[in-house]
Amino acid sequence: MSPLQKILASVLTLAVCALAAPEANAKPPLSAALAALPASTADHSQFKELQREFESGSELTRACLSCHNQAAKQVHASKHWKWEFVNGKTGQTLGKRHVVNNTLMSIAANGPYCARCHISNEWTEAKFDFTDPNQVDCLACHDTTGTYTSMKMHQLRSKCSACHVEFDKSKARNVVRRPDFGELGRHVGKPSLQTCGACHFNSDGGNGIKHGDLDSSLLNAAPELDAHMAKDGAGLTCFNCHKTRRHQTLGSRYAPQSKDPKGKNVLGGSRATCESCHGLAPHPKTANAKLNDHVDRIACQTCHIPAIARGGVPTKTRWDWSSAGRLDKAGKEIITRDDKGRIIYSTQRGSAEWAENLVPDYVWFNGEVKYLTLNDKINPAGTVRLNVLSGGPDDPKSRIWPVKTLRGKQPIDAENATLVGVRLFGKDENAFWEAYDWNKAIAASMADAGRPFSGKVGFVETEMRIPVNHMVAPESGALSCGDCHSRNGRMATVPGIYYPGRGIYWLIDLLGLLLVGGALAGVLAHGALRIAVKFRKSGKA
Amino acid sequence: MTQRVYLFARFERFWHWSQAGLIIFMAVTGFEIHGFYTLLGFEPAQELHTIAAWALISLWVFAIFWHATTGEWKQYIPSFDRLFAIMRYYSVDILTGAPHPYKKSRLHKHNPLQRIVYLSLWVLINPALWISGALYYYYNDWGPWGLAPYLKLEYVATAHVVAAFLITTFLVIHVYLITTGHTLFAYIKAMITGWADLDEDSAQES
Repeated sequence: MSPLQKILASVLTLAVCALAAPEANAKPPLSAALAALPASTADHSQFKELQREFESGSELTRACLSCHNQAAKQVHASKHWKWEFVNGKTGQTLGKRHVVNNTLMSIAANGPYCARCHISNEWTEAKFDFTDPNQVDCLACHDTTGTYTSMKMHQLRSKCSACHVEFDKSKARNVVRRPDFGELGRHVGKPSLQTCGACHFNSDGGNGIKHGDLDSSLLNAAPELDAHMAKDGAGLTCFNCHKTRRHQTLGSRYAPQSKDPKGKNVLGGSRATCESCHGLAPHPKTANAKLNDHVDRIACQTCHIPAIARGGVPTKTRWDWSSAGRLDKAGKEIITRDDKGRIIYSTQRGSAEWAENLVPDYVWFNGEVKYLTLNDKINPAGTVRLNVLSGGPDDPKSRIWPVKTLRGKQPIDAENATLVGVRLFGKDENAFWEAYDWNKAIAASMADAGRPFSGKVGFVETEMRIPVNHMVAPESGALSCGDCHSRNGRMATVPGIYYPGRGIYWLIDLLGLLLVGGALAGVLAHGALRIAVKFRKSGKA
Repeated sequence: MTQRVYLFARFERFWHWSQAGLIIFMAVTGFEIHGFYTLLGFEPAQELHTIAAWALISLWVFAIFWHATTGEWKQYIPSFDRLFAIMRYYSVDILTGAPHPYKKSRLHKHNPLQRIVYLSLWVLINPALWISGALYYYYNDWGPWGLAPYLKLEYVATAHVVAAFLITTFLVIHVYLITTGHTLFAYIKAMITGWADLDEDSAQES
């Protein structure tokens, strides 16, 4: 650190402390008697309706709905329930029920198994009644014990491989199969990092696999890992930013907002954008005046999320399905780990590459994402981009965003040139994880999706880009200027933008250096000549 | 015979040396910002370059005022008198020990070559530097100022860098020419003390 930086840093620290101190004490202290009371005005453990045993989740839901009689209608309208999202701008029907990715690929013919993460009680058959109010699983989000989701998975006899690539069968007998719904019901409360994380940390089959900025390390995050969710930091939980009204949660991977021009929203709360809390000029006046000049073209995330998977949980960077299904000589499934204990090959899931502290890729992004679905034709010759983030340097709505690029190799219908789903789960010969037969597993999935399948299986390289939003570092962990402002900085491959340090036209630099260098060489030569002449003269004299 | 003449007033010397220091400092930090090398780190370089820019602009405001009020601006009125003889002197004749073709005086303390070069610094390179520099710094205000449709940051940056190359070239040659006085240190001594040894006959002109 240079002396100037030191001075600036200490001034900044003082300023931040001065600003932060009153805020930390902003809540007036409660009297001891009040502090001992629960925060909520209703203690569910005292409700008559809940003083009994419940046989099933839907029986408990019936009790919940006897008071919260509008809740099911609200939940039924939510993305969490519908797993469907219609993007008004692109006209695409998306959501988990429709998209294809390069992790577990498609829900088609996997419905009831994928539905272990759906907020329903007993979606156990291919057909599911999305209008049944008693199917709303209140506990999925309102459990406060942190034990429910795991119990639910086991109760519904989820396929073990959905979560465990490797597991100890002898311990399987000890798993508690049926949650005590009465006990759980008497302890409901607000959603927490645990409840949201039970699904979102484990997207696509395991901790941190898909997102890289969402994993179990956030449960006990230090402020350096996540300034928002750390208990010693802002101590926020998911819904503080992902504000939820009438059970509709803000923030979407299908239609995110790249730039929020509305600024701070004191009364309304967060819109799941940085700007709704931090405003449009988020850096304090004491900081480098140029910082706030970045917000028009650089997403907050770009500087404040310096790396992906920073909490010690690795994230998958490549998922190659083409090698899946190999068995060893004894006909048993194979699991290979690298020296860090990460599974780099498994019969079930093929080959994998992992990363921690991964430097993101940077792209122009205006919030509009187009997804490939099972209906779209692909070009199998190149790398197929499963989702395309729109935007560019000339689009004022675009900013430069960090993304996690998840690469993969996945099956396609080679004749029809379409992506395919694969029936992974199940207990019959059509399930890939039972028989390891691509043809049957794909045929089953495509039949369920109502799409044709030629029977010709191919594999194609794919790429998925996931905007990065979480694990926001405090100021001390953000990028410094030189990380981008240099000849080979982080923005080096981002097109269409000039910034100091990137370098301009090489010809200008070359001519300029020749000019200065030529002048220097000229005066040195001239000086040498003068000295030589002088010595010759004095020699003569 | 030579005579000691008070050629450079106190303010003029102060202006010259602080300008020299600032220009050298801005070249060092500026070319770091441009990405040629890493010395202080980008952020300190950028911050110090900006502070130095404001200092230099303030200095120029004072210098322009001084030149205007003292009439010293006349020293930069261009003249082509013996211009080629002077150029020949610096390139060839200086080696043979021939006398300088131009006699300096209090009223004409710069030879015609100096006048042309210094004047182009004042009216071309310095304005190019600070106009392009100000536009560069206030990039985010182009919209409100109504300039956004006419400018592109990389063009402004190019203009700034080209001007920086020119002033650095000037600096190199200027520093070398300091050594071409009666003695090796004659010119620098004059610029430090203000007193110069001029030829008797020309000194009388003043």
